[in-house]
Amino acid sequence: MTAAVEFQNVTRHFGNVRAVDGVNLAIAEGEFFAMLGPSGSGKTTCLRLISGFEQPSGGAISIFGQDVSNVPPNKRNVNTVFQDYALFPHMTVRDNVAYGLMVKGIGKAERLAKAEEMLGLVKLPGYGDRKPGQLSGGQRQRVALARALVNEPRVLLLDEPLGALDLKLREAMQDELKALQKRLGITFVFVTHDQHEALSMADRLAVFSDGKIAQIGTPEDVYARPQSRFVADFVGSSNVLPPGLTRALGGPAKWASLRPEAVRLSAEGQGRGRVTAIRYLGAGSRVVLDIGGTEVAALVPAGQPLPGEGAEAAIAFDPTALHVMEA
Amino acid sequence: MHSDRASLGLKIAAITGLLFLHLPILLIFLYAFTTEEKSYQFPPPGLTLKWFGVAWGRDDIWPPLILSLEVAAIATVVAIILGTLVSAAMSRTKFFGREQISLLILLPIALPGVITGMALRSAFSVMDIPYSVWTIILGHATFCIVIVYNNAVARFRRISGGILEASSDLGANGFQTFRHVLLPNLGSALLAGGMLAFALSFDEVIVTTFTAGQQSTLPIWMLQELVRPRQRPVTNVVAIVVFMVTFLPILCAYYLTRDGDQTAGGGK
Repeated sequence: MTAAVEFQNVTRHFGNVRAVDGVNLAIAEGEFFAMLGPSGSGKTTCLRLISGFEQPSGGAISIFGQDVSNVPPNKRNVNTVFQDYALFPHMTVRDNVAYGLMVKGIGKAERLAKAEEMLGLVKLPGYGDRKPGQLSGGQRQRVALARALVNEPRVLLLDEPLGALDLKLREAMQDELKALQKRLGITFVFVTHDQHEALSMADRLAVFSDGKIAQIGTPEDVYARPQSRFVADFVGSSNVLPPGLTRALGGPAKWASLRPEAVRLSAEGQGRGRVTAIRYLGAGSRVVLDIGGTEVAALVPAGQPLPGEGAEAAIAFDPTALHVMEA
Repeated sequence: MHSDRASLGLKIAAITGLLFLHLPILLIFLYAFTTEEKSYQFPPPGLTLKWFGVAWGRDDIWPPLILSLEVAAIATVVAIILGTLVSAAMSRTKFFGREQISLLILLPIALPGVITGMALRSAFSVMDIPYSVWTIILGHATFCIVIVYNNAVARFRRISGGILEASSDLGANGFQTFRHVLLPNLGSALLAGGMLAFALSFDEVIVTTFTAGQQSTLPIWMLQELVRPRQRPVTNVVAIVVFMVTFLPILCAYYLTRDGDQTAGGGK
């Protein structure tokens, strides 16, 4: 099967800066794919390489098997939901949504009907006559989504689409986006710096670091089996153990990650340390211990007894939870 | 002691300053209605409307008036086209020496008119260009471009680049993006810049004297008229016309660019 989007050793330099440095990836058709990374890691540049607003300095990009090196953005069957939505402020919501059809020369009646249908799809029926300035952030986001979907793209790109929304709205939109993608069956490529967003929404994700892909895989893969310290650290709040401590805790002398939820506090265990901090999280508490100079966190479920700060405690975990990393 | 209210002395100074600036303008209006035609005596011996009729009937006023309107209109069109293009270039790209070029674009308005005038005059004679309406228009366009440029650059800064990309992303070609997205957001700034440029060109004297041949524009006609003793109030009538033609566009431009929030574009 041809990939929806394929990068072959793609690089993009800005002067001396390698924003994207030798990226290889293949996104399958119908996949919900997340590009995750801190700011400046190259994920947004990768998105812009797909939409055509950036040209690769080297390598090749193909969309459904077609090399798009010489295809301008307006000729690609790809649409984008921009980070700041980029709605046209002088047009009504309906004209915004119908814009993609208008520039294609589709008749007024047909395009306005289609725009209304798209507004229904994003649950904003009857908002067509308003101007973007009269909408809330969440509503603008939906308009941006409807406008990008009206052209029936085969790939939809989303650049931090939920970044500007408050937490509650963000969680609701995550579910909705996921449902929408299932229903439409098109490929979504999603850029985010929020690991929870990436883990909860994506079928697969690529973790970016310094213009390179640090790891690519399913959320379970990346979360439970990080390949490097960077991934372990960035994806979630894992304990990263230096080689010495790994060995002291019964592993090989290599860097390892240990998920806080795999760690129990008990009287006897693999390691002992002093409690330096306790943070209440609702469903449990995060207890941080100092073990041989390294901070190790344990997630204690609610209802279990907590040690006091400064007290001695031991940690215990299933040896298989200790994940040894290559780098 | 610190207070939000101005002291009495400051108020008096401010009012005196304003009167000093604006009383002469009121006097110009007043003398358009005086019955005394040879000198400006105060108070006027009587008031009359007849100078408006006389001015209308004088054949020597119409050619300069039409010339001034023509020059201002064409210089404004040239300025809008070139000013928009240069502001688009300056706000879209970053390159070495950008700040310096920006200064060069602004220079014609900062330079004394005599310098601009002399420079243009020597350039025209070096290139063997005969003085005509077109040399006046060229001279005016040099500073009209700056006005349009300043207005357009400020607007470009507020239009988020995202909406242009969004247009392209949705399938629009360059012309469609210009027509449907850029122009509607830029329009009022260009109109305002154009009106200011028109007003500036309409009453320009210095550069015009250097770049005109035999023709005289309305302000130059007024200058020549002031030294003649006959029918002096006619000049004041023309002054009122000049005032209206320049003040109204400036007022419109002010209202057009005042509440820019609606056209700000993009954003959260």
